[in-house]
Amino acid sequence: MSTQQEQPQEPESQEAPEDPEMRGTESPQQERLKEKEQGLAQEEAVDESDVEGETVHLKVFRYDPEVEGKQEPRFDDFYVPFEKGMTVLDAVMYARDEFDSSLTFRHSCRQAVCGSDAFFVNGRQQLGCKTQISDLKQPVRIEPLPHQEVVKDLVVDMDHFYDQMHAVEPYFQQEELPDGDLEEQRQSRENREKVKMSTRCIWCAACMSSCNIAAGDNEYLGPAAINKAYRFAMDEREDEEIKEHRLRIVEQEHGVWRCQTQFSCTEVCPKDIPLTEHIQELKREAVKKNLKFW
Amino acid sequence: MYEHDVIVVGAGGAGLRAAIAAHEAGADTAIVSKLHPVRSHTGAAEGGINAALREGDDWELHAYDTMKGSDYLADAPAAETLAQDAPEETIQLEHWGMPFSREDDGRVSQRPFGGLSFPRTTYAGAETGHHLLHVMYEQVVKRGIQVYDEWYVMNLVTDDAADPNDRECHGVVAYDVQSGNVEGFKANNGVILATGGPGQAFDHTTNAVSCTGDGHAMAYRAGAPLEDMEFIQFHPTSLPSTGVLISEGVRGEGGILYNAKGERFMFEYGYANNSGELASRDVVARAELTEVNEGRGVNDEYVHLDMRHLGEERILDRLENILHLAEDFEGVDGLVEPMPVKPGQHYAMGGIDVDENGQTCISGLYAAGESACVSVHGGNRLGGNALPELIVFGKRAGRHAAGDDLGTAEIETGYGPDVEDETETELPVQPGSAGLDTAGGVAADGSGVATETDGLLERAVEAERARVDHLMDKDDGVQHAQIRAKLQKAMTDYVNVFRTDEGIRKALRVIRECREEYQNVYVDDPSRTFNTDLQQTYETRNLIDVAETIALGALVRNEFRGAHWRQENQERDDENWLKHTLISWEDGEPNIFYRPVILEGEKTYEPKERSY
Repeated sequence: MSTQQEQPQEPESQEAPEDPEMRGTESPQQERLKEKEQGLAQEEAVDESDVEGETVHLKVFRYDPEVEGKQEPRFDDFYVPFEKGMTVLDAVMYARDEFDSSLTFRHSCRQAVCGSDAFFVNGRQQLGCKTQISDLKQPVRIEPLPHQEVVKDLVVDMDHFYDQMHAVEPYFQQEELPDGDLEEQRQSRENREKVKMSTRCIWCAACMSSCNIAAGDNEYLGPAAINKAYRFAMDEREDEEIKEHRLRIVEQEHGVWRCQTQFSCTEVCPKDIPLTEHIQELKREAVKKNLKFW
Repeated sequence: MYEHDVIVVGAGGAGLRAAIAAHEAGADTAIVSKLHPVRSHTGAAEGGINAALREGDDWELHAYDTMKGSDYLADAPAAETLAQDAPEETIQLEHWGMPFSREDDGRVSQRPFGGLSFPRTTYAGAETGHHLLHVMYEQVVKRGIQVYDEWYVMNLVTDDAADPNDRECHGVVAYDVQSGNVEGFKANNGVILATGGPGQAFDHTTNAVSCTGDGHAMAYRAGAPLEDMEFIQFHPTSLPSTGVLISEGVRGEGGILYNAKGERFMFEYGYANNSGELASRDVVARAELTEVNEGRGVNDEYVHLDMRHLGEERILDRLENILHLAEDFEGVDGLVEPMPVKPGQHYAMGGIDVDENGQTCISGLYAAGESACVSVHGGNRLGGNALPELIVFGKRAGRHAAGDDLGTAEIETGYGPDVEDETETELPVQPGSAGLDTAGGVAADGSGVATETDGLLERAVEAERARVDHLMDKDDGVQHAQIRAKLQKAMTDYVNVFRTDEGIRKALRVIRECREEYQNVYVDDPSRTFNTDLQQTYETRNLIDVAETIALGALVRNEFRGAHWRQENQERDDENWLKHTLISWEDGEPNIFYRPVILEGEKTYEPKERSY
């Protein structure tokens, strides 16, 4: 199931009936949900009378393959008290801890380095922890990353992304090392600078999710994996022949030549890595080496 | 059931290094981690790796700085091993392709850090941990080491010999977060806990949401003591609204701290007349809070860290990441204005009691990294000493678990002949499970300790399955988030930078309440698919156990040493307290005892006044 296909429908289960009587009595789970909704309504009332008064309206994608009422994707509304500096991650954590503990998403470091919480926020791939609520139009629509299978709520299956990352032999391969005890390999400041941006990737998969080519060609390595290859191919500490081997990997049928330079990956990258430029540069390198292209 | 020679729990710096070492020593090795490796919190480390690489520096100086920084509570064999092995391990990272910052001659750069007598902090911008983590994960991929990612380890499988020193660890029970399956993992040689810190016991922390002290709590309940848990480092420069860390590298490069009156208080009020901003972290954190408490804080909450005078070029070259953090998480442009900072929980110097080979008193159970206490950091960790600990002691634990001979350890573990029992302190409440109902095994009752070795793993798996069923079948009660928030608040209110006897007692009462409430905890999410509610409910139980040991340690240690400051006892007391606090779980009750610190290794470290 992909959220892209589901997204245009406004699911019917989005709003619970106004009158609690109309919802009937069901399982304890639904009872609790009902209580929570009532609690939610109270929260809203309190917030409106509050001096600060502001609440954030979230519309959050919900899906769970084994829970009744969630097997068909729907959007749930949450009203979260606004605080200065609040991020999208803060808001969904609040919604989970105060209203619905089944609201599920990956998150860990809260500081844009673990790469767990890339979501589709108001139609754009962004890290939840790095996106200020105050910069967003309300209601804030939060969905899982498009073009990846949804496991549950905002959690997508990352296996394909990891497979592509692993496909470019993402590890340093210099066999010959300098002689002598504790002797390091030399690297010029310029060369370190050249690879610097490419080493910042946090594997959040925002780029892959934004890429039309990746959406249409499941075997396309994708911007993150190609960037990983760039990171090694441009590192002067590896020998020329290894570089050539790396170029062969990325110039294969589902490699760099697939990129149509739409820059969507570069636009969404939370680490500002010039992904499209890196892909272009590898194309040029491949041409220079007279490698065939597709 | 899964079976491997060595099972590493956790995939941050220590776990990955341990796995690589065990694999290289020939063991069939697997990593089981609740996060995919690249999500681990090692990635958030900014500053660098201390290693004596250059002329004019040597391991003796590094060891000396570490012992002094620890306020003479580190064990000399541990500090010396760290200092001796760090250079080789740092160069190993370079050989694996780590993108270190470079000098003009192409060699790796080093910079000054707090408490160091030589600029030996090797770094890669202000994102050293990110690079270290990714480089090591690359090496794990290269070697094809099996990783069970998004598997949450629930408990250790240990037999219940009466004396923990006679126990053996046979594996772990883990839960596949994606499917909800609970499975056993048999470890033929050993289990290495590399589960990181317990920062989530506090509510203002630089630590990730995942840093819940799982390894601490599991080892503790299995009978391995926790050591020096009262020593919590509060980093002087975290952003006030989120706790996001601003690296010590800013001060290392020349950043200056100012109070609301624009005074450079580290000098003007005499907190550290020689080192100023680069005094040890505990000294700077207390200075900042003193400024705030005496009315000289900005908005009565924080102080300013100014790096504008370093110039845009130098900032972009060495501290660019800091600009992003200040902007994204505090809305401040570090190039045009000073950054607001205040102390935040950052690091636990204490942890699972291990020797310099990573072994606990339980045979086959190891720990490394922040979850362990060798002890390298004693009362206070120096900036730049956490990352070398991961790689040095991660590697040693991996090799030892795989069967390599590392020689006999000099550091003792567990309750042994040299320990001294705690007898004096009266406790405000009965800590531990205290006879609470343990229905469904959800209380911290030492479950996982079974009677016979045959079928041990199977029984442990069944016990965890029953626990999951109990938590999920229960339809009402208390949700873990409520308990966690209460616990975190109490710890930050009462067991923070400034501690009082009365405050710590209050914290222990709240912890006891949390434990009682936890008896009635339930998991609301009915799904077996990616049930983070269930996982976090387990984590919260671990936090209760760990928070209790932190508060107990803080209560009994009535002296001021390193990061542990007590209002009633504002002096270091070498006569009575040159010893480690150890707390072990015995039949549902914490047992507190002490072991003397080792101040003699290859060199002797005479306790001196620690001034900067």
